[in-house]
Order: sequence, then structure tokens, then C-alpha cells
Amino acid sequence: MTDTTSIAPLDGAGTPARARTDRSKLIGGLAQVVVGAYGLWSFGLGSRTAHGVHTLFALKLDPAAHGGPGPVTAPSAPVALALTALAIGCGLVRAFAPITARTQRWLAVCYFASFVLAFLVWAAAGSSIGLNVPSIIEESATGAVPLLLGSLSALLCERSGVVNIAVEGQFLLGAFSAALTASMTHSVWAGLVAGCLGGALMGALLAVFANRYLIEQVVLGVVLNLLASGVTGFLYDRLMSTDGNTYNNAPGFNSLAIPGLSSIPVVGTALFDQNVVFYAAYLLVPVVWFLLYRTRWGLRTRAVGEHPTAADTVGIKVVGLRYRNVITAGLLSGLGGVWLTLGLASQFGKDMSDGKGYIAIAALIVGRWSPIGALGGAILFGFATELSVPLSGLGTPIPGAFLSMAPYLATIFVVAALGGLVRPPAASGKPYTKA
Amino acid sequence: MSTPTPQPEPAGPEPEQQPVLRQEAPDRSLATVVRNVFTAENSLLVTVLAILLSLVVGAVLIVVSNTATMNMAGYFFQDPSDFLNSAWQDISSAYSALFEGAIFNPATLSGTPQQFFGPITNTLEYATPLIFGGLGVSVAFRAGMFNIGGQGQTIAGAICASYVAFAWTSVPGVLHLVLAVLAGLVGGLLFGGLVGWLKARRGAHEVIVTIMLNYVAFSFLGSWLLNTSVFHDPKNAGQAISKPAEHNAILPHLFGDGLNTDVGLLLALAGAVAVAWFFKRSRLGFEVKAVGLTPSAARTAGIDVGRVQIASMLISGALMGMIGVTQTLGLANPNNNSLAPNIDAGLGFTAITVALLGRTRPWGVVWAALLFGALQAGGALMQTEAQVSIEIITVMQAVIVILVAAPRLVKEIFRLRATRAVPSADPPTADPPGRLPAQQGPAQQGPAQQDPFRTTAAGGQA
Repeated sequence: MTDTTSIAPLDGAGTPARARTDRSKLIGGLAQVVVGAYGLWSFGLGSRTAHGVHTLFALKLDPAAHGGPGPVTAPSAPVALALTALAIGCGLVRAFAPITARTQRWLAVCYFASFVLAFLVWAAAGSSIGLNVPSIIEESATGAVPLLLGSLSALLCERSGVVNIAVEGQFLLGAFSAALTASMTHSVWAGLVAGCLGGALMGALLAVFANRYLIEQVVLGVVLNLLASGVTGFLYDRLMSTDGNTYNNAPGFNSLAIPGLSSIPVVGTALFDQNVVFYAAYLLVPVVWFLLYRTRWGLRTRAVGEHPTAADTVGIKVVGLRYRNVITAGLLSGLGGVWLTLGLASQFGKDMSDGKGYIAIAALIVGRWSPIGALGGAILFGFATELSVPLSGLGTPIPGAFLSMAPYLATIFVVAALGGLVRPPAASGKPYTKA
Repeated sequence: MSTPTPQPEPAGPEPEQQPVLRQEAPDRSLATVVRNVFTAENSLLVTVLAILLSLVVGAVLIVVSNTATMNMAGYFFQDPSDFLNSAWQDISSAYSALFEGAIFNPATLSGTPQQFFGPITNTLEYATPLIFGGLGVSVAFRAGMFNIGGQGQTIAGAICASYVAFAWTSVPGVLHLVLAVLAGLVGGLLFGGLVGWLKARRGAHEVIVTIMLNYVAFSFLGSWLLNTSVFHDPKNAGQAISKPAEHNAILPHLFGDGLNTDVGLLLALAGAVAVAWFFKRSRLGFEVKAVGLTPSAARTAGIDVGRVQIASMLISGALMGMIGVTQTLGLANPNNNSLAPNIDAGLGFTAITVALLGRTRPWGVVWAALLFGALQAGGALMQTEAQVSIEIITVMQAVIVILVAAPRLVKEIFRLRATRAVPSADPPTADPPGRLPAQQGPAQQGPAQQDPFRTTAAGGQA
């Protein structure tokens, strides 16, 4: 997506878009400076990093293993001070320097990265175990898989003009049918197919009711989520909780080490010794990007999502394309459901997707409706949700609840800060009927 | 579903949008009236058929999920009676328990009044928070916004109400109850208003913001607040549960001590009256409707769209906060009127379905809430008596709402005819007048009140 600042429409208060983005740039930058200054004060100058303590970063997944790089230590206070100062600098540049939206985005990434690193340095200061970097990378990467699949699914839908709030329901039905089928056939591959089809079934329901019966799509998505939660919860109570050995005892995918890549230090085992669904999720990002921006199908999809009437005029079958895309998107979310049960080798549980479908949509919005952005958003949320686990052992004064809230608050912050900069596909949520 | 009718219906246009036909004298002959009862535009008929279909879907699920019955289906063609008997046994035991739990149990005809009225008062008690929730979703929806944040606003309201109810012990008598209720109201109001402010002034889409705030409120309450010394009940060590509310601050019984309905029902009905007044008579209500239909036209007409959006989210949040009040201070609270992490019990999401079934009209919401309350009350008995999981109620609610929102599908399933366009100003009089005022079909409503299920101008991601 190119910069959209100049074509953003009037906002609610009626001020022109230009002045508004300038103001939001200033306010956003100042907010970053304030938060950064707070970080400087509490991370760099707080009692936790005082008295010259060091922070330890372990670079091996299993600290007891032989070989590989040893742990790295750094003096906590100076590093935290330098990182937060960098963050404040980013905020100041954003607030006062005349920079384009693209630079702003990179600055935001830089700001966020330095602030989080400073936080980690502070949190692990003085601990003899320290932070296990490969483990954090692995947890973030695996935590991002369902979010990534869900946001790619929502991306396909929204780019063709259908809002897919039903990702959550597609996850649930996908996870349920994968677990059920794999348990009954003892084959993960049958489970994989069934899970994808389960997601596609939910996608088909969404497509039919949105395109043929013209139900309001956000509401439809919420109701479909309730439907999926009810159906899977009911069948769970009736089948899985009474006879779990037969119906909820699915095998998991074996991990598949990629020769060569998996022996890279630090990231090797974390990223290249995973199962098929993991690789598929990450490979789908460039695939979807290529399809969307470099093929005839992608051009048509984007046209249908932006201006269906114009697309219809040149002979594109708008509704037919939407049906196909939404059902395909259901396959992707179904794969996300497969990950939740077979990919993580865990049993199905009631409402096990636990809001991941909604977070996937948030990742898409933070990633501004592009596949690469969705990848960034998914990794961000994966990192933030998994971070509370390693931090809980470090005895930070912050309650775990606030850490688990952080990704959601960050989303609100990002959505509010991006405000006028974020623009969904124009026809998203509007059904197409020939006049 | 697979047999589309020859005349494809356009999206929005209901009969009342054809002004030419309006001038014709309404056809009041009995034949037309009777025929209109059976057409797809009659939303009462569609609602009834949707409920029937949801019962069918439920029955299929009950039979399919019973492994013993499904084993009998294996030799269906040799001996169908085994399968049919077993299936009938499953379905009838489940649905009779549903009815007995929701309306009345025929066995209690000779019993005490408490036994006789017990189920129906349970239904009223379950319907109370749904009325508030449905009204809340409706107010936001009429302003063109989706309040998916019922969970968060409920939790915010419940936290405030609960705090006042257990901490302000020195406040005397009824005043304590009033203050606790008001606190819950204000809690939801502020939480909802935050969403409105972010939407109106910062351009943040309310669907994402409300969903995120749901999680924020949930982890704030469950993982932190209930473990703090202010809230945590020392008598329940190890459980995330708050101190119980003072006796004075509990909503009193409405029909006497033996019956399970509290004063919250009266508050909910008062809320429905207030919302009806708000939309019919108040200036802000008019502005809300105008903004919901076409924001750009409303802005041109001099309405401050942002202010209206904030106001409608404040009201919506306040009504959601009242769910928190009835959940903590009402008789439905299972934990001795204290606050638990799952205090919202999914009501924030069920509220959306209630609002849709009630077509975002206040009295429609009340009827829809009564229906869903009856399903909840009956489902509880069905779970204990017929061992059919209460999750099936969620399925049935979702099916009802989807079908009611897609009347064309119901029409296709039952091969109903399209309405004759003539009696546009004349609602089907075979409906009991005034019984379901909000559901009597679009014929009564002016052009300004379109069917809320269809996508409006405000429908997309703003």
C-alpha cells in the first residue's frame, strides 16, 4: 500500500485530512516522548537496574547443552538508558521533523523495538538465569502462527470487500473437526484436510449470508462465532468429554528439521525445526503477497474490494469472486484451527481459540491490510502474548495481568494513533447488488 | 435454499419505499389479510418459522451427537423403528425439559404457586440483563456503530456496582442500593464513552476498540483486581472472588421471596420505555437516527456527528453497565452476590443477537429478551434433566437470529410468496395488534427506519 495520507477523507470533526494528520503526528510523537521518558526514568534510573547489575541473555535453547554460543551479559543501567534515549529520540523526530508516513512507520518500529528491549533489559536485570533469547523467539514465532493465518484469511476477505469477523468461529470449527477426524482416523493428514474444510464451511456460511442474504457483515460474523462456539461446545460436551479416548485423542504433527538452516546458532532450532503447518503459515505470506499484487486474480480482488461497480463494468464477476475468496479464506483460518489442535499437539477444548481470531483481525488492521504488515502484526502480538511466560519467572514488580493486557492496550493505542492513516478497502463490508 | 424464486428481491427496497403504491386504498379483504400472514415480509411469521427451524437444527444435533442412537442408524434400513424410537426419546425428553424449565411444568398444576410460577420467573430473571444488553446494542447500532464491547462494559459496571455494594457499608437502607446501581451505570457509561471518544475524535474503529477493551477488562478483573486486598474475599482463599455485596445493596425480590425475579426487571422495562422515548421524542434520539442512516447528510444538516457518536456510546455503555448491576446485585448471581471473573457470562455477545432479533426497536428487544431468557432458563433444566448440554441454546439463538436476518432464506425454505405490494400502509391485521409492536413488519415504519439487518450506509469499516 502506498501512502494514503493525502486521500484520507474528512474525519468526524470535519477538519481537513491534512491538518488532522499533522496534528496526530505531533500528538503521537509527544505521546511517544512521554512514554519513553517514563521508561527512561523507571527502566534506566530505577532501583532494579541500580548498583551496576548486569543483564544476562542466554543464546542457547537448552542452557545445559554443549557447544554453541555462550550467554551474553550487559550492564543493565547504561543499556536501558541508551535504548530509552533512542526511543525518546524517535518520538521527537516524529513530532517535529517533517517526515513522510513511510518514515514514520519505520520510526514507530524502531521506537517500539528499543522500548521493548529496554523493558526486557530492565526486567531481567540481576537475574542469574536471565532471558533465554531462542526460547522467546520460538514462542513468539509459534504464537504468531494462528494470528498470521487468521489475518491472512481476513485479508483475503476484506480485500475483496467482505468483513470477516468470523475468524474466531473458523478457528473453532477447524480445530474441532481436525481433532475429531484425526482422533477417529489416527491420521494427522486427514485431520488437516478436515480442519481446513471445517474452516471453509464457516467461510461458505459467511459468504452466502453476506452476499446472497445481505446480512450486516460485522454482526453476521459475531453471530457465526456464537454459532461455532455453540456447535463445537455442544459436540464437545456430548462426544469428547464423555469419550475423550475415541474422539479427542488426536496425534500431533512431527517437527521437521530443515537440514542446514536448523543448525544456525540462536535461531536455528527455534525457527527451522517446526512442523508443516508452521512452515506453511510463513510461506503463505509471500505467496499471498505475490498473488495479490502480481497476478490477474489479485488485481481483480483488489478492484472488487475497492470499487465493485467499476469492476463489474469491466466484466469482473463481483459476487462470484467474493464467494471464491471468502471460502478460500475459510481454508486458511481452518488451517489456523488445525494448528491449535494438531500443530500444538493438544486436545480440543471449549472455546480454545480464546479470542485469537479477534486478535488476528487486530493484527491485520495494525498491518494496514497488507500481507507483510499482517506478518508484522502477527509477530508483534505473538511476542506480546507469549512474553508474560518468561517474565513471570523473573519476579518483576508488574502484575502478570498487566502484561497480558499489554497487547490489547497496544492495539487500541496503535489504532487510535494511526487513526486517519489507516484506510480499509473502500468497499469492505458493503454487499454488492446490481442496481 | 437451492430453489431461488423467479423474482429476485433487491436489497433494501421494502414495499413502503414504493411511493406510487402508497396512494392506493389499502386492500382490507379477508383473503389478502390471510394471505399476507403467510408471506415472507410478515416478520412475525418469519420469526416463528425461524424458531421452529432452530428447534429442528437443535434436534438434529441432539440425535447426531448421541452415539447410541447413531449406532442404531447403522441398521436403519433393516429396522428403522429402533433408531426412530431412540431419536424421538432423545428429542422429546430434551424439549419437554426445555419447556418445563422455561414456561411451566404441567406436574405442578396441583402444586404450590411457587412451584407453578417458578419456571416463568426464572425466565424473567434471565431476560432482565438481556433487555439491558439488547437496548444497549440497539442505541449504538442506530447511530451506525457496533458495540461488540458488551463484555468489557458489563465488567466495568459490575466492578463499580460491586465496590459500592460491599465497601460503602455506612450508607443507609435503600440509598445504598440506589448508589450501587448508579455506580454500575456510571462504570459502563465511562467505559462505553471511551470507545465513542476514540471513534469520534481519533478515528479508531469501534469494533476493534471494543473487542480489545473486552480483553483488557477481563484480565484486569480476573487476573488482578480480584486478587487485590480491596476486592478479594478472604473467606474464599485461593478463589478469584470478591467480597459479597451488603444485604441492603442487593436488588430485592419482585414477586415475593419464593420466586426468582428481582427488581432489575422493572429497571429493565423502565429502560425500554426510556429508550423508546429517546428515539421517538428526544432531539438527541433524532440526531442518532440521522447519523446512523447517512453520516454525511447528518453532517450537512448541521449535526455534530462526533458528539452524537460519543453520546450514543455513553448511553449504550450505561445500559451495558446495568447488565453488570443485575449480574452482581441480582438474584441470578450464583456466588452470594459477589464478583467473579466470568461475571458477564457471555451476555455482552448474546445482547447483539437480542438486539437483532428485536430489530433494534425497544419493545422488540423486550420480546426477544424474553424468548432468549426462556431458552436460557429451559436450557438449564434441560442440561440437568435430559443431559443435553446447554451449549445447544447458543446454537439455537444463533440460528434464530441468522434466519430472522435473512427472511429470504426462510421464504425459500418454506416456499412462501413475496408480499403483494398493495397493502403497504396496512400491517397484517391478523397479528394481534399491539402484541409485538416492534415486529409487525416494515410496513408500519417510516422510510427513515430501515431494516437494521441489512447493510446501511454506515455498515462498512468507517
